[in-house]
Amino acid sequence: MRAFTYERAKDPIAAARAVAERPGAKFIAGGTNLLDLMKIEVETPTHLVDVQDLGFDRIEPTPEGGLRIGALVTNTDLAADARIRRDYAVLSRAILAGASGQLRTKAPTAGNLLQRTRCPYFYDTNMPCNKRQPGSGCAAIGGYSRPLGVIGVSKACIATFPGDMAVALRVLDAVVETVDAAGHRRAIPIAGFHRLWGDTPQQDTVLCPGELVTAVTLPRPLGGSHFYEKVRDRASFAFALVSVAAVIQPDGTGRAAFGGVAPRPWRVEAADLLLPQGAATVTARAFQGATPTRDNAFKLPLATRALAAVMAQAASRTKA
Amino acid sequence: MSDLPKLEISRRGVLAGTAVTAVLTGNPALGAHPTPTQGEAAPPMPVRFTVNGQDQRLSLDPRTTLLDALREHLHLTGTKKGCDHGQCGACTVLANGRRINACLSLAVMHEGDEITTIEGLGTPEKLHPIQAAFVKYDGYQCGYCTPGQICSAVAVLDEIARGVPSHVQADLMAAPRPTNLELRERMSGNICRCGAYSNIAEALAEVVGPAAAGAKA
Ligand SMILES: Cc1cc2nc3c(=O)[nH]c(=O)nc-3n(C[C@H](O)[C@H](O)[C@H](O)COP(=O)(O)OP(=O)(O)OC[C@H]3O[C@@H](n4cnc5c(N)ncnc54)[C@H](O)[C@@H]3O)c2cc1C
Ligand code: SF4
Repeated sequence: MRAFTYERAKDPIAAARAVAERPGAKFIAGGTNLLDLMKIEVETPTHLVDVQDLGFDRIEPTPEGGLRIGALVTNTDLAADARIRRDYAVLSRAILAGASGQLRTKAPTAGNLLQRTRCPYFYDTNMPCNKRQPGSGCAAIGGYSRPLGVIGVSKACIATFPGDMAVALRVLDAVVETVDAAGHRRAIPIAGFHRLWGDTPQQDTVLCPGELVTAVTLPRPLGGSHFYEKVRDRASFAFALVSVAAVIQPDGTGRAAFGGVAPRPWRVEAADLLLPQGAATVTARAFQGATPTRDNAFKLPLATRALAAVMAQAASRTKA
Repeated sequence: MSDLPKLEISRRGVLAGTAVTAVLTGNPALGAHPTPTQGEAAPPMPVRFTVNGQDQRLSLDPRTTLLDALREHLHLTGTKKGCDHGQCGACTVLANGRRINACLSLAVMHEGDEITTIEGLGTPEKLHPIQAAFVKYDGYQCGYCTPGQICSAVAVLDEIARGVPSHVQADLMAAPRPTNLELRERMSGNICRCGAYSNIAEALAEVVGPAAAGAKA
């Protein structure tokens, strides 16, 4: 691990300034992703600004009838909150399907949203990787691509956003709130928070340097049945090959977002409208223009089957 | 336990020896060394927390993980370093009563915290009930993952008591119960390469009581 200095920020704007003014500075929340990457020198910050004392640790109702989740609410506490379990069960389900009990206790909402890809070449500093070292090439194209993206990827990078929580946030149309060093606040819809890689895969999100995530807000509850179906190589403690977050209404309409397939949680609103016509129709639309490799083409039928499983459960709940 | 002759060779000595072979065979798994550091160190930073109820003040390179602080600086070597990347759970300790991977946390992030390690749960004379159950049911073979398994299990039972839900819970609104299925899911952050999982599940079943564990999820 490279040397760095460390400070514990006392207020949000000072934290944002500490990172914005110092090239090589980074926020640290739980540290479960950043320290992992620092140990292998994929990340080499020179200064860490610890955000744990900033107080964004509550879940509060909004005037619009939704909830504002503080950026520092841990994954465990968020999944266990009675309001989330009752009104936004897809979010509890997605969080509980991810990582382990130990990691969920440590990692808060902001860190989870900002976790980096799990592409094996991104982790291997002996291999070319445009995301880790811009311009060095992409070892995954033509290499081992089984866990990687099938849509929204580019000629520079075919990695996925690996997280589960954000897939549920996408189905719920959550909004990410931030503050910068000048005190300006922004509300960024989750749909546009994670970037498509294009020519600049080194940048994961639309955040500017030093822009601090303070909260995530959820609109009013959607009702309906909530599902998070995660398909992975072992039954627990593994990243998704494919996942589906869905909210299905008693009349068969609803919304679905897919994880493990793209640089961001993948949802196509025009495909949502096709839900009453069955899973295959939905995924044909949602994955129109997909560019899978030979090794990960299986993700397309897997997405259809995962969605079909969810819809079958929704139908049996409606009957019951 | 205490009337056994004292062994001259410690587990630590054996591991330090075998780590060389592990390096030669290209296997980084037995990482019982501090995380390698490069470049000029930043000035040491003071940090104060309690470990097993005892006040500890240290002055550390900010790179020092909580795990290395416990093992290398406080010589509490009960907590183990397995993968050093949060994937195996051997380093699980309790911070303010909640379980975390000590390898993925900086010691300086724990100013003012209360840390509990395996050394703080029980003593050879008076085992913690979960330690006693692991002995009774052979919840291990080599024992390397055991301190992490036990610290994790202590937190799992607390999480169930506090109503923290899990992935395998059919009804998210219901109070969770410590069934076999639930315990296995909740313990999935602790890997055992000897495969003692079924014995660990039996040990935990005894601790939660046969009625609770026998119930189907
Ligand atoms: C073995 C293992 C298995 C895992 N499995 C899964 C899984 O199945 N599903 C899943 O979804 N995740 C999984 N994870 C990832 C885990 O969820 C993330 O590591 C965690 O959510 C990151 O949160 P953190 O707070 O620890 O992040 P940190 O490491 O502290 O930070 C991550 C990034 O966010 C930035 N950051 C932190 N806070 C802020 C803020 N307030 N504003 C702006 N930037 C900020 C940091 O600078 C850093 O770049 C796994 C991780 C491990 C180690
Ligand atoms: S897919 Fe992206 S992250 Fe993976 S090697 Fe290529 S550029 Fe790097």
